[in-house]
Amino acid sequence: MTELVNFTIDGKAVSVPRGTTILEAARQIGVNIPTLCFLKDINEIGACRMCVVDVGARSLQASCVYPVSEGLKVITNSPKVRDSRRTTLELILSNHENKCFTCNRSDNCELQKLANDHNIKEIRYEGAMFSLPVDDSSLSIVRDPKKCVLCRRCVSMCKNVQTVSAIETNGRGFETIVTSPFNISLCNTPCVNCGQCITVCPVGALREKDESEKVWDALARPDLHVVVQTAPAVRVAIGEEFGLPIGTRCTGKMVAALKAMGFANVYDTDTAADLTIMEEGTELVNRIKNGGKLPLITSCSPGWIKFCEHNYPEFLENLSTCKSPQNMFGALLKSYYAKKIGVAPEKVFVVSVMPCTAKKFEAQRPELSVDGLPDIDVVITTRELADMIREAGLDFVNLEDAQYDDPMGIGTGAGVIFGATGGVMEAALRSAAFLLTGQDDDSMEIGVVRGVDDIKEAEVTVAGVTLKAAIVHGLGNARILMDKIKAGEADYHFIEIMACPGGCVNGGGQPIVPASVRNVMDIRVERAKAIYDEDAALHIRKAHRNPVVETLYKEFFGTPASAVSHKYLHTHYTARESYPIVEE
Amino acid sequence: MVSRAHVLVCGGTGCVASKSTEIMAQFEKHFVTNGIEKEVKVVKTGCFGLCEKGPIVVIYPEGATYSRVTSGDVKEIVEEHLVKGRIVKRLLLGDTDTADVARSLDNVGFFSRQLRIALRNCGIINPELIDEYIARDGYKALGKVLTEMTPTDVINEIKKSGLRGRGGGGFPTGMKWEFAAKQTADQKYVCCNADEGDPGAFMDRSVLEGDPHAVIEAMIIAGYAIGATEGFVYVRAEYPIAVQRLTLAMDQAKEYGLLGKNIFGSGFDFSLEIRLGAGAFVCGEETALMTSIEGHRGEPRPRPPFPAVKGLWQKPTILNNVETYANIPVIINNGADWFASIGTEKSKGTKVFAIGGKINNTGLVEIPMGTPLREVIYDIGGGIPNGKKFKAVQTGGPSGGCIPMEHIDIPIEYDSLISIGSMMGSGGMIVMDEDNCMVDIAKFFLEFTVDESCGKCPPCRIGTKRMHEILDRITKGKGEMADLQKLEDLANSIKQSALCGLGQTAPNPVLSTLKYFRHEYEAHVIDKNCPAGVCKSLMQYQIIEDKCKGCSLCAKKCPTGAITGELRKPYVIDQEKCIKCGVCMDVCKFAAVTNR
Repeated sequence: MTELVNFTIDGKAVSVPRGTTILEAARQIGVNIPTLCFLKDINEIGACRMCVVDVGARSLQASCVYPVSEGLKVITNSPKVRDSRRTTLELILSNHENKCFTCNRSDNCELQKLANDHNIKEIRYEGAMFSLPVDDSSLSIVRDPKKCVLCRRCVSMCKNVQTVSAIETNGRGFETIVTSPFNISLCNTPCVNCGQCITVCPVGALREKDESEKVWDALARPDLHVVVQTAPAVRVAIGEEFGLPIGTRCTGKMVAALKAMGFANVYDTDTAADLTIMEEGTELVNRIKNGGKLPLITSCSPGWIKFCEHNYPEFLENLSTCKSPQNMFGALLKSYYAKKIGVAPEKVFVVSVMPCTAKKFEAQRPELSVDGLPDIDVVITTRELADMIREAGLDFVNLEDAQYDDPMGIGTGAGVIFGATGGVMEAALRSAAFLLTGQDDDSMEIGVVRGVDDIKEAEVTVAGVTLKAAIVHGLGNARILMDKIKAGEADYHFIEIMACPGGCVNGGGQPIVPASVRNVMDIRVERAKAIYDEDAALHIRKAHRNPVVETLYKEFFGTPASAVSHKYLHTHYTARESYPIVEE
Repeated sequence: MVSRAHVLVCGGTGCVASKSTEIMAQFEKHFVTNGIEKEVKVVKTGCFGLCEKGPIVVIYPEGATYSRVTSGDVKEIVEEHLVKGRIVKRLLLGDTDTADVARSLDNVGFFSRQLRIALRNCGIINPELIDEYIARDGYKALGKVLTEMTPTDVINEIKKSGLRGRGGGGFPTGMKWEFAAKQTADQKYVCCNADEGDPGAFMDRSVLEGDPHAVIEAMIIAGYAIGATEGFVYVRAEYPIAVQRLTLAMDQAKEYGLLGKNIFGSGFDFSLEIRLGAGAFVCGEETALMTSIEGHRGEPRPRPPFPAVKGLWQKPTILNNVETYANIPVIINNGADWFASIGTEKSKGTKVFAIGGKINNTGLVEIPMGTPLREVIYDIGGGIPNGKKFKAVQTGGPSGGCIPMEHIDIPIEYDSLISIGSMMGSGGMIVMDEDNCMVDIAKFFLEFTVDESCGKCPPCRIGTKRMHEILDRITKGKGEMADLQKLEDLANSIKQSALCGLGQTAPNPVLSTLKYFRHEYEAHVIDKNCPAGVCKSLMQYQIIEDKCKGCSLCAKKCPTGAITGELRKPYVIDQEKCIKCGVCMDVCKFAAVTNR
């Protein structure tokens, strides 16, 4: 039994398990202590001093990290405490570029909210500001140090959760700054573009590279046939941008909005995800049958791919040669589809809406093109799409549901679940029997691979073959697993790795959820739930049963892993130095 | 082999900088020239404390103390003193008290009022020879602890002695050890804080340089007391001599079986490692120090959990400073009651101070707790040079406060200093005279903390910067009365909200000067005048017509051509061009230039 600790908060008796922080105990009795740097399980460093409370000590204490003790008397609201928080806030504001009108976070800025909540009417302590120029060298992420409040949520995310360490705190005192080592451009670091830093930034110091203007430009060009594909995780998150609860499915409204914006056709990346299952599943079967390199590791997550290229180059041959669903679809749209609708491939302009910032980088990999045409022309994130919908003046919440277009617009439940950790594995397992034997096996229950445990393992026997599989999400977990494999401590046939914790539903391009919500709710679980509901609602739930996929093999590719499919659907990888010496 | 005379040459950083190494070589050379190399011997010692008068050479058995010795003096000392037995009077250390010529250290006011416990071996033994330490009861305490005492006995003895941390906070050392001893863990650590960062303070360096074994012995005792088998000494890389002697001492201790496995055959193991700090002031803060040892950016972390519970690598850890450790063996050897008999009720033992600034005897002194401040400044320190008036003394470095004349009789102890807005700190003591501007002093200390802030929490990172900006405005004559209120509000807020001790104490110099020297602030703000004549922006150089002979010297020396005039008629300074360098005032033979 957990030992209980008795103490008081603002005179109220409280009893909580030992180890609970003051912040958490206060929340349980309905006292909300303001926080800025605190992000549960990710950044618990007591740095920003916004959550200070009076415990009768020589100085005020950070409630986010202060463990309660027997008989403690906590005061969360007194002139001393309020003054302290307000002064700290004024100091932060005095070194923050207060350009709220033009800030991408002006509607959901945690600093702005704190200023409002603390009734800040003037900043008494104005003075010099320290900062560095904006770093927009990355294809995915823009860093604006003038807005940075040094809460270090991004640093903890990058360093501790993702184990990438592309950004750190540099310098000291007033000249402290979060930046890459030696302040080199982000594009020259081992940053994998996952964008998790963006999702945890309380202010506008980190954002995706906005490419919405390129989309508007393309849509305005009469000579282009502009099509769009949407990744599975977008539909379960975009509603948040329009005030809908976390985990609301908005597929129909999203498709309607895209059509209203002027896209010639709106397609579902799920279709390509189903194609991925066919290709990757076949690759796995072939590797097992022919003694190929195992374990086979998924290649859908571009953050993971770059991480692998930097950190585990000796495992590049273990990566599936399959392009990600995004790029498979792009290649298909500029070949099979272009021919089918009678448009020259170079006039087909492919936009993809992704929950992911790394997809922007992926789209610009030179190897992801066919006959000199890049598979994808522009990638926008869920957030950019929401901005465009607002810009277009659409009343998103009240839009009538619309359907994806023919002939490429059919996705299955298998494709949808690619959006959550474990989804690729589950989708693959649903088709495993078919791929191995040509026969379906409906008796299999594969729910074991769902959920947000750090590392999940599954052992499934299909058609007499026992498959050992592992699923990890978050690059820190990926590192643990890879190190195990490297040390010879694990033998799997198939591994699914997604760079973002929770998978694509929690991607770096998804709507930003403030710490006040993240600290009390696992958004990964809520969004994943919507993904599985979407899956359950679809009547085709296996990739190989997708009629579009069937047609594609019949009319274009022949069989999975054929020469044609290799030309359009497969790729290769390159080892990358982490800190190459480059002239800046 | 016994020598008939020992020539002790200071090998502390100060004297090494003034070429004591060369002096030692000269001695050896002249011994040979005079054929006495088998009768006399040179001993390289640690710091004597009287750095300002260095290099120091003491010759025993007479105990004659020579100061400011140069290589050129060595021949004479050897030939006169060591060969002919005639003391070289012209080089003897003069007593500033009586202007008398003293023969030995004990007769010099600077030393006679000191009680050297932590510094007991500094300037006496050769720190590079473990035998010399052992000859002075070295490792006797360790032997006693390991063979006769239980860990609880040790802790009780330290608790009973009343020893409090000498690094700044003054936390009772025995209690700290007890907390750590009570923790159950597979590994515990003993750390030594040798990251002495207070500007002007160098007692820890002197102990490490002059008596490194004292620290090693104490750390092993601490390890035994709390149940730790590993220790780290965190020392700043700017102390190369200290690091070198500590390394050597560790090697010798290992060789003697005093460090390592099964010490004294007791079954107790203890290993020690040195970690070099890169000179960040904040790494003297205990949690930042541990974070740095772990290999991370040196930044403090919130407490609780305290290091005694979760310290280095999340294991129970104690951290004491060098001077604290230096007291431990003596307490064990002489007993807690002996130690507790020295000092005051709540501050036991002695404290080492590094006195600097406007004082005649710059150097290191160790005095019993409770000694009045006046005695330290006037009797030991020799008072203020050039007949100037004492204005204030800053204790506790950038975290402390300025103590004015009205409190000069205060007994020096932890609590009394805090009660008047200052603190003991690690023992820095900077004396200021009438020529110091207290606003400028506050700005100076704040500049230090602004530079040294780690940047983790906003109150320190931005708050001290804002305070500095306000002070800068005031010293430039651009301050308003509202700024004083802002300054005070901000200072009080930072004290409450900053994450670590560095930030929480950073406003002290400002608060104490605002308290005791508010009139100086007001003079800057209201009259736009710096009473001490320090703040350049508030000065105006002018030529007093009546006194100027029109010699043109000032005009010739003025680097900006701001002074013009006709020969033999009064010259004039163009205020637009004047950069306030003061050259005109320096060169004027008729005192015709004023800057007020």
